Amino acid sequence: MTKLDQIFVSTKHWLVGLAPEMLQSLASILLSIIPIMAVFGGCFAVTTILERKGLGRIQNRFGPNRVGPFGFLQPMADGIKMLTKEDIVPFQSDKVMHFLAPIVLTVPIWLAFSVLPFGRNMVAVDFNAGILFFFAAGAASELAVFMAGWASQNKYSLMGAMRAMAQMISYEVPLVLSAIPVIMIAGSLSLPQIVEAQAGYGAGWFPQWHVFTPWGLAGFGLFLVAATAESNRSPFDLPEGESELIAGFLTEYSGFKYALFFLGEYLGLFAISGLAVTLFLGGWHAPLPILEWLPSWFWFFVKFASLIAAFIWVRGTMPRLRMDQLLNLSWKFLVPLAVLNLFVTAVWHFSSNWQSFGGLAARWLMCGGLLAAAYVLLGRSLSRGQGTPRKYTYAE
Amino acid sequence: MPSEIAFFTFAGLTLISAIAAMTMRNLVYCGLCSAAAFAGIAAIYLQLSAEFVGFAQFLVYVGAIAILIVFTVLLTRGTDIKPTVAIVSRGWIAGVVIAGLVFASISVPVFMSATLWRTAPPEVAAPVEMIGLELMTRYILPLEAIGLLLTVALIGAVVIAMREKPAESIEPEVTDLEENSTPAPRFDVSSLEVKS
Repeated sequence: MTKLDQIFVSTKHWLVGLAPEMLQSLASILLSIIPIMAVFGGCFAVTTILERKGLGRIQNRFGPNRVGPFGFLQPMADGIKMLTKEDIVPFQSDKVMHFLAPIVLTVPIWLAFSVLPFGRNMVAVDFNAGILFFFAAGAASELAVFMAGWASQNKYSLMGAMRAMAQMISYEVPLVLSAIPVIMIAGSLSLPQIVEAQAGYGAGWFPQWHVFTPWGLAGFGLFLVAATAESNRSPFDLPEGESELIAGFLTEYSGFKYALFFLGEYLGLFAISGLAVTLFLGGWHAPLPILEWLPSWFWFFVKFASLIAAFIWVRGTMPRLRMDQLLNLSWKFLVPLAVLNLFVTAVWHFSSNWQSFGGLAARWLMCGGLLAAAYVLLGRSLSRGQGTPRKYTYAE
Repeated sequence: MPSEIAFFTFAGLTLISAIAAMTMRNLVYCGLCSAAAFAGIAAIYLQLSAEFVGFAQFLVYVGAIAILIVFTVLLTRGTDIKPTVAIVSRGWIAGVVIAGLVFASISVPVFMSATLWRTAPPEVAAPVEMIGLELMTRYILPLEAIGLLLTVALIGAVVIAMREKPAESIEPEVTDLEENSTPAPRFDVSSLEVKS
């Protein structure tokens, strides 16, 4: 059981041991990096086809079904197409920045994977301030989007980039604020320690994941909404809203650079899903004690895959927001709720010695009631005036 | 030795991008170069094993301040501004005097303080926790003062940005575009071109 659990770790140690003495540290580094790149590169290929299949199913059509069995070799065909396509750089564009933008977007996102714990003892770098590193690595992508939009010298690109920046700045605030309660409760910025804090089972069977507390549930919801917006996915895909801006900041990109943007977008989604699993869904811990015989990395990837499936589902279901609705949602709803969640977390923390049944119920009622009341009130104020019939200025 | 090579690489990168940020004509390039300089400073912090400060520097400066700079450049003046005064001008004398005074007022206390002659403390086990504890106990007053200052700045920015409603009744909305003699101000891409 432990053998299967630690199979990747022990394989790595064995391989490092094979290398000559001088190269062992280098081999150790390479053997941490290459599996991450291979696994999530592979995830990228599989997710593109699963997403197209899933969207097709939701929209009552087949999706890609020509290349290979059930169309599952489509990513290979897409990859070859992207690599062999002509790389068009607009004459007026800023050549250097046009070239640099996809690189600046993709490289920092790979860095973010280095602090995620994929299983027991399976983390590339255990930073003392790991979660801060994660957000710092994600911060560079905003500049890359701006560089892409500005260097293209195209008004659609520039408008897309401005939208993307406004959106990313606005949603970074609730994203980080909804992660802070986890740090408060776990008492650490290191991601493996946050996973460790969710170990064990209450009453012998109930998992102690953060999502099963009032503040954790609220935080998980806020985190998912903000994460969807951060990774520019529907219903928050205004930066590339094709009905208004052609393809936003991607308008002037083709061939392999476009593929890099695509890769960066999916990797950002994977990284943030991995963080959501780590922060709220117990990381690599099994949901029930009797299921603990399955390896830890298996549980991480099960939770990870279900989050990705949820994102695909949301993309197929929700219509796109308008720009003002997008910003209102962030600043008037998510941010106040996230700040209140900090307070509720503090209440939860200081009432942690109410362990009797009645005490537990009172604790839940108090914290959950505060959050539910705020949710209803903020939601009412946000949707005030939205139910009235719409007035068209130019199209009566 | 490798740490020195790394230090001089990061320091050189920081200095070169800072100089580029000051001398380049195109304001967007200046903003991006200053982002590179911020990143270089973050790398130096990391090399000094100040993880928390390094990551915070990167998150705040590259992730927010640099974005704010380019945002402001794009929203206000466009990118190619013809300089109205020569770079070397009489204003420089005042500038040099002020810069010298500021430098002196910072460097004199630094050189007079005992901190400079202190030997480096032994490696601390968990610096992030220590930062948190010190901030919440010993430095709680400066922390609160900074929080108050930032709140004041935030409210001030909102007040400045708030659109004041005119005292008279609001003008009737123009429903027909053709009646409007002066076209509505539109987003002008030509002002954003790099090469003219």
